[in-house]
Amino acid sequence: MKLLGNLNWDVTPFSDAINDPSTNTFVAAGAASLVIIGAVSVLILLTWFRLWRPLWRDWLTSADHKRIGVMYIVLALVMLARGVAEGAVMRGHQAMALNGGPLSADHFSELFSTHGTIMILFVAMPLVTGLINIVVPLQIGARDMAFPVMNQVSLGLTAAGAALIMVSLVIGRFETGGWTAYPPYTGKVFSPGEGPDYWIWSVVPAGLGSMLSGINFAVTIYKCRAPGMTYMRMPLFTWTALCTAIMMIYAMPPVTVSSLMLALDRYAGFHFFSNDLGGNMMNYANIFWMFGHPEVYILVLPAYGVWSEVAATFSAKQLYGYVSLVTATMSIAVISFTVWLHHFFTMGQSASVNIAFGIATMIIAVPTGVKVYDWMATLWRGRIRMTVPVIYLTGFFILFVIGGLTGVILANPTIDYQVHNTLFLVAHFHNVLIPGVLFGMLAGIHYWFPKVFGFRLDETWGARAAGLWVVGFCLTFLPLYVLGLMGMPRRSPSFTDPAYLPMEYLAAFGAVVILGALAATFTTYIVSIRHRKWLAVPLGDPWDGRTLEWATPAPVPEWNFAVIPEVSSRDAFALEKEGGTPYAPVSRYADITLPRRTTMGLTVCVATTGTGFALVWHIWWLVILCFTGLLLTMIARAFATNTEQIIPAAEVARQHRRWLDAIAQNTGITRDAECTSANRGLAAPDEVIR
Amino acid sequence: MSQNLHPGLNLGASHGDAHQQSELSVFGFWVFLMSDLITFGVLFATYAASSTPIAMAGGPGPAALFDLTSTGMQTAFLLASSLTCGMASLALKYREGPRRIALWLAVTALLGAGFLALELRDFADMIAKGATPMRSGWLSSLYALVGLHGLHITAGLVWIVVLLLLIWRRGVTDLIKTRLLIFALYWHFLDLVWIGIFSVVFLRGLA
Ligand code: HEM
Ligand SMILES: [Cu+2]
Repeated sequence: MKLLGNLNWDVTPFSDAINDPSTNTFVAAGAASLVIIGAVSVLILLTWFRLWRPLWRDWLTSADHKRIGVMYIVLALVMLARGVAEGAVMRGHQAMALNGGPLSADHFSELFSTHGTIMILFVAMPLVTGLINIVVPLQIGARDMAFPVMNQVSLGLTAAGAALIMVSLVIGRFETGGWTAYPPYTGKVFSPGEGPDYWIWSVVPAGLGSMLSGINFAVTIYKCRAPGMTYMRMPLFTWTALCTAIMMIYAMPPVTVSSLMLALDRYAGFHFFSNDLGGNMMNYANIFWMFGHPEVYILVLPAYGVWSEVAATFSAKQLYGYVSLVTATMSIAVISFTVWLHHFFTMGQSASVNIAFGIATMIIAVPTGVKVYDWMATLWRGRIRMTVPVIYLTGFFILFVIGGLTGVILANPTIDYQVHNTLFLVAHFHNVLIPGVLFGMLAGIHYWFPKVFGFRLDETWGARAAGLWVVGFCLTFLPLYVLGLMGMPRRSPSFTDPAYLPMEYLAAFGAVVILGALAATFTTYIVSIRHRKWLAVPLGDPWDGRTLEWATPAPVPEWNFAVIPEVSSRDAFALEKEGGTPYAPVSRYADITLPRRTTMGLTVCVATTGTGFALVWHIWWLVILCFTGLLLTMIARAFATNTEQIIPAAEVARQHRRWLDAIAQNTGITRDAECTSANRGLAAPDEVIR
Repeated sequence: MSQNLHPGLNLGASHGDAHQQSELSVFGFWVFLMSDLITFGVLFATYAASSTPIAMAGGPGPAALFDLTSTGMQTAFLLASSLTCGMASLALKYREGPRRIALWLAVTALLGAGFLALELRDFADMIAKGATPMRSGWLSSLYALVGLHGLHITAGLVWIVVLLLLIWRRGVTDLIKTRLLIFALYWHFLDLVWIGIFSVVFLRGLA
């Protein structure tokens, strides 16, 4: 028996680079070094600035929904950096790939597989989950999520999956069958190595974590709303979060199950998806896309929620067509479960089946169209400020409509037969994922950042980043439509037709612009932290906001609301401001009960990562050790006592009164002055628009 | 939330917090069960799609493997355990004391263990006949579906042990009352899934 399973020194990219020096192996070794250097620098910086204790006390063991949300987003941004870098490397490689190219075919395959998996499950998902975590309890007037500790566990599971993908860059190789990991190619016969196992054990915990998040969000929204916050008074972001949560509950189990079935095939010789002995890979395709299609709407609905809030706030108007937006959101959530087959129109079912799913797919574009009109009508004659979120919104309007239209084109099975598996498809899904999801989340971060941290983000750098994202997106992905129509297959490590070259060069140049956009995004955060004194908005309402979350100080205290608000209308805070009655003094404060800090989430994260790693490398004793640890942690939690802390009423009163006093002493700013340092977070609008 | 939301739990009429908390947990668990039902649904669908001669790949089929006496007995065990689980809930409702509750829970666990023992014996018999999960796609999906239910039962047994320990150490507190209700939901849910398995897999397999 080998103590370390299949592990040995030859599985690192460094030994590859030594044994076989080439551009290909150097790129791999370089990427691995970056991971190690990054990890080590983080450790050094934490020690240098003596941040270990605050990191442990205020973040890793915190059950506060805002902090958990921030941790999700930090995780997503780190993974985004890797994902974008991989995208750029792929574009660079392909621009040189006429009759060859610097990277080996397998290496290129690893790149699009990790890139796709990371972008969907470890960038877009955590961005969405993080933002919902931060915003929803504040918007509905709750103190926290329904299950704060489970919230931590969800984060732990997602982080474990992400950690494993990061490890795969340094130890061993990742899977080469794309983010969908279709068997039988990913089965033991064709992929005997550890690659698909890395994929499986990253996806399974992330899927479980998202399912638990979905339960948490749904229960919070159903059961923890403030008095008077009826369904039809909920802000639209909360509505989209509710629909996303329901979809997570139903759509995550299929991917967990299909991945585990693939694991049984690989580890135990089952025959779910193999070529021989009665396996059937079409079962995999069906189950995977029962998750996969709803997933894209899980991601984009919260972005729609952001657009709704941004459009209303930055035009100082009530959202146009609230009811139609809610209806559209619910319709999308339902219809999105009925279209999964459009991902394999060409796999041999009858024409009538194809056309049924084609029509369902086209129908789903209708509610989205309704939404776009609603947002435009909201902006119409509003008092629009061209802040960073609005720049993203503008980019979204134009680009997302293009992406949506190419989706309708692809929904036609006869056309899909021509362009499926080409770069046309790659252009299409990036065209909805980047202007839709990514822009939405970046806009949402910009919009709610001051609420969480107490200072705004720098507008100049933010605008630069937004501009670069828009331009970079167009340069990188619009050429891919052309290449797709010319017949260039997706996932091609090389090609022989020189006619592809001009568009390839253009796309590669675009990738450089996107790298600039990413750099500008991070610069925005750094510059803003430096200038946090100028940008501070402690009074909490920097954008003349309309919904409950803006009626709290910034940063929000751990308990969110000194007293739970009573809600009597939609856009309650905006109406109070119009009527001149915001910030009413409170006569009686009460003690507040909050969950105590716990190491539960962190323990689950470590044990899950350990289990996954050991499974990948067949280190059975470690599997048993870590998995038993995981089970015991959960059982031990059932015996935990003393899980709550009490914030005394006096402390709540002290902080709340201090905030009210500060408001009373401030004169506020008009909407035009929002982006100046006069903005301390008190709105004194010059006109009311109806 | 002032109304008495879970009368069967005797949380007390005036104790608002306990009601609110149990409302969250119970509702949350219902939602989890819906999600779990999807998990089972996927495996049911896989099983149905694999119930073809091609997926059986020339290996043994239902007629050679299924033993209705044994699965019938398993069904009886599980249904009886649901009854005793219900008795535990009644003991809670009519305040018959922690001993009674613990007793019914223990009987539930024993019946569950009996079910599991029979199921494992069936698996062993099948394997002895060469019907391992590696033999065919159909067998893979059979073991996965039935095995997943068995795993759930195993988890339920561990859960009962934890509940018994908690009752022994702390008595029947509000928190434990809520957990008893949630456990009962889980256990009855597994019963329901088993009825599905018994009908779709075993009865239809021999029909
Ligand atoms: C920001 C810059 C990005 C660049 C430069 C980029 C580039 C690429 C490239 C070159 C491919 C391979 C295309 C092929 O198959 O030939 C790819 C695939 C993919 N990308 Fe991106 N991408 C970017 C962002 C994103 C984002 C934000 C997402 C999702 C939120 C995403 C999701 C995917 C997925 C799912 C695939 C398919 C992977 C597979 O084939 O299995 N990408 N991307
Ligand atoms: Cu789809």
